[in-house]
Amino acid sequence: MSQDDRLPAGSRDAAQPEAAAQAGPDVDALAEAGIESELAEKVAPDRDIAAKVGENIVEVKDLTIKFGGLVALDNVSFDIRRGEILGLIGPNGAGKTTCFNAMTGVYKPTAGQVVLEGQVINGLKQHKITRLGLSRTFQNIRLFGEMTALENVVVGLDARHRTSVGGALLRLPTHVREEKSAIERGMALLDFVGIADHAHFLSRHLPYGYQRRLEIARALATDPKVLCLDEPAAGFNPAEKEELMALIRTIRDEGYTILLIEHDMKLVMGVTDRIVVLEFGKKIADGLPRAIREDPRVVAAYLGEPEDDVA
Amino acid sequence: MSMTDGPTPLPEAAAAQAAADREAVTAGPGSSVTPEKRGRPGVFGAWGERWNALSRQQQWAFLIVVVILAYMLPLINPPIITTEPGNNFALACFDMARFALIAVGLNVVVGYAGLLDLGYVAFFAVGSYCAAMLTSPDSPFLHIPYLWTIPIAMTVTMFFGVVLGVPTLRLRGDYLAIVTLGFGEIVRILATIIPAMKGQVGFQNVGHPPGTEADGTPIFSNSNGVPWYWLTLSIIIVITLLVGNLERSRVGRAWIAIREDEDAAEIMGVPTFKYKVWAFAIGAAIGGLSGALFAGQVGFVNNQKFDVTTSILFLAAVVLGGAGNKVGAILGGALVSYIPLRFTAVAEYKYLIFGIALVLIMIFRSQGLLPARQRLLAYGRTAYQRVTQKDSTGPSSAGTPPAAGPGQDQNREKGVQA
Repeated sequence: MSQDDRLPAGSRDAAQPEAAAQAGPDVDALAEAGIESELAEKVAPDRDIAAKVGENIVEVKDLTIKFGGLVALDNVSFDIRRGEILGLIGPNGAGKTTCFNAMTGVYKPTAGQVVLEGQVINGLKQHKITRLGLSRTFQNIRLFGEMTALENVVVGLDARHRTSVGGALLRLPTHVREEKSAIERGMALLDFVGIADHAHFLSRHLPYGYQRRLEIARALATDPKVLCLDEPAAGFNPAEKEELMALIRTIRDEGYTILLIEHDMKLVMGVTDRIVVLEFGKKIADGLPRAIREDPRVVAAYLGEPEDDVA
Repeated sequence: MSMTDGPTPLPEAAAAQAAADREAVTAGPGSSVTPEKRGRPGVFGAWGERWNALSRQQQWAFLIVVVILAYMLPLINPPIITTEPGNNFALACFDMARFALIAVGLNVVVGYAGLLDLGYVAFFAVGSYCAAMLTSPDSPFLHIPYLWTIPIAMTVTMFFGVVLGVPTLRLRGDYLAIVTLGFGEIVRILATIIPAMKGQVGFQNVGHPPGTEADGTPIFSNSNGVPWYWLTLSIIIVITLLVGNLERSRVGRAWIAIREDEDAAEIMGVPTFKYKVWAFAIGAAIGGLSGALFAGQVGFVNNQKFDVTTSILFLAAVVLGGAGNKVGAILGGALVSYIPLRFTAVAEYKYLIFGIALVLIMIFRSQGLLPARQRLLAYGRTAYQRVTQKDSTGPSSAGTPPAAGPGQDQNREKGVQA
């Protein structure tokens, strides 16, 4: 796959998605990352990561979104392959977040389809899309401020829970079991993103960087097949960005597929396996990071066209 | 870099900040569960902290004492607190309990789910009419024992809650408030114009629970408030425990998530519409229950008691006590009922007084009298204690982000090449 194209050999040997997925969670990589090997099972015991890496898990087909006369997305098509980190980039206003919102059900596409594992998901209710396995974070952090960090994560875990009013009212055994496992899994997730010692803080009192991590933990808690991160490093300094990217890679190595919106080209180039570039609502490029970096249209989109070319 | 030994992945400044936060949190033994004070620290805030510091057994013991005192209240008839000679104290106690029960119900809708309901009196009215029309000799319908009307009233109001909720809960905020306001009026006006509901004439001799004294008079008479108070208090306790069960479950978390950020909740897999309807239905059922009790005690139901201002009074009870806190709601409900009964001279000005009180509360304690936050995890206490204990044993043991360690090496390489 793509990472060999752009990385010196050996630098990511612990991070091969194929290896990770075929042999289950890569025990060495996890141990190296300081994660107990049972974490993956603890966090998401029912997760099916045996499926083949590289097949398309999400297909975005001819997605068009119009707001009145404004065409925010124009016939955008791309695929997300299982086990990869796909970068979605573009200048401000290119339609990245709109595309995200269309995929996660916030907007209804004017035309086109979003297919998750063979099932058309556009038009479904948002919480159903989440339950089908597409989870996201927000560009502007949207945690539940009056809940603790742990409670925020448990809301995500609730997406997979079955008890409702009756079970909770009478404290039926299923409810008790789910509550207990939710706390364990919630703590494991907080541990995974590195903020377990802040589990009891109200999320609005957490430092900014921790809030971003908590958003990722909450999205992971819904047990997604595809995790969509909307500028998770916004507002971070370079050191924090690097740490976050390491975290994102670790998540991928655990068997998740990731769609990443990011502004910072350097960072995107460093972490993604493949990149889709949008400009003015249109896809202008799609390929490996190195190819994208050298693509004249992408360069033009980001830096502007040289004047003599315009004439 | 210092990240491998530092407690946070942030640069030094933020790390120091976080460490300071944590220190502040672990400073007091009482802060294990709710580390941060909301609103201004005050008498109640200190109580909240002390309360959380108690062990589970101590809390239960304290609660049992409070409950026994609450049961004894009309018998003790404390001199300064009593509403006599203006109002019979036992009846006043019942009225307080009735308001408290309503506040507990409305708190589910307004406090937990954050749905502003200005027509809550409608559910109270439906409950009252259910009890009246099924027991009063004035009613042309079939007559059943009073106690049976309580579950029926709850079911019927729940149905009304769903009927109101399904079309209107797609609206938000102000729009929802206006629609519920309209619903409150619709019920009152229907009671006026539908002949079977007898408008202002109303229903006399509404039933009451069975049982007679030695002299043949019914235990649950209109003039004796004590048994009614005990019945209502017992119901409040049961309802509060059940609502507490809901609060510390997926349902409570869904409600709070909806209140905090409905869109984010939906995207995190919370079926928001379903849980909003549930909040409405449960709130309605409790309102109906209170209405049925009220109808039984007063023994007379007509269309005069269910106006909009009563709705506002219910809402004031919740806001005053602290929206989102069921104990606060009980307190707020009791207060809203108590003040005009105790100070009969000012009863005429009660809306003025509550208006001023609400303004003052909003200025000085914007979270209400008891702002303690919700506990949303049934077994969260131990988990939080584990975290805080780990913290206090030594800051160095407080988790290095596991993902950060090797990530840095990778990143550094990447940084060089990129």
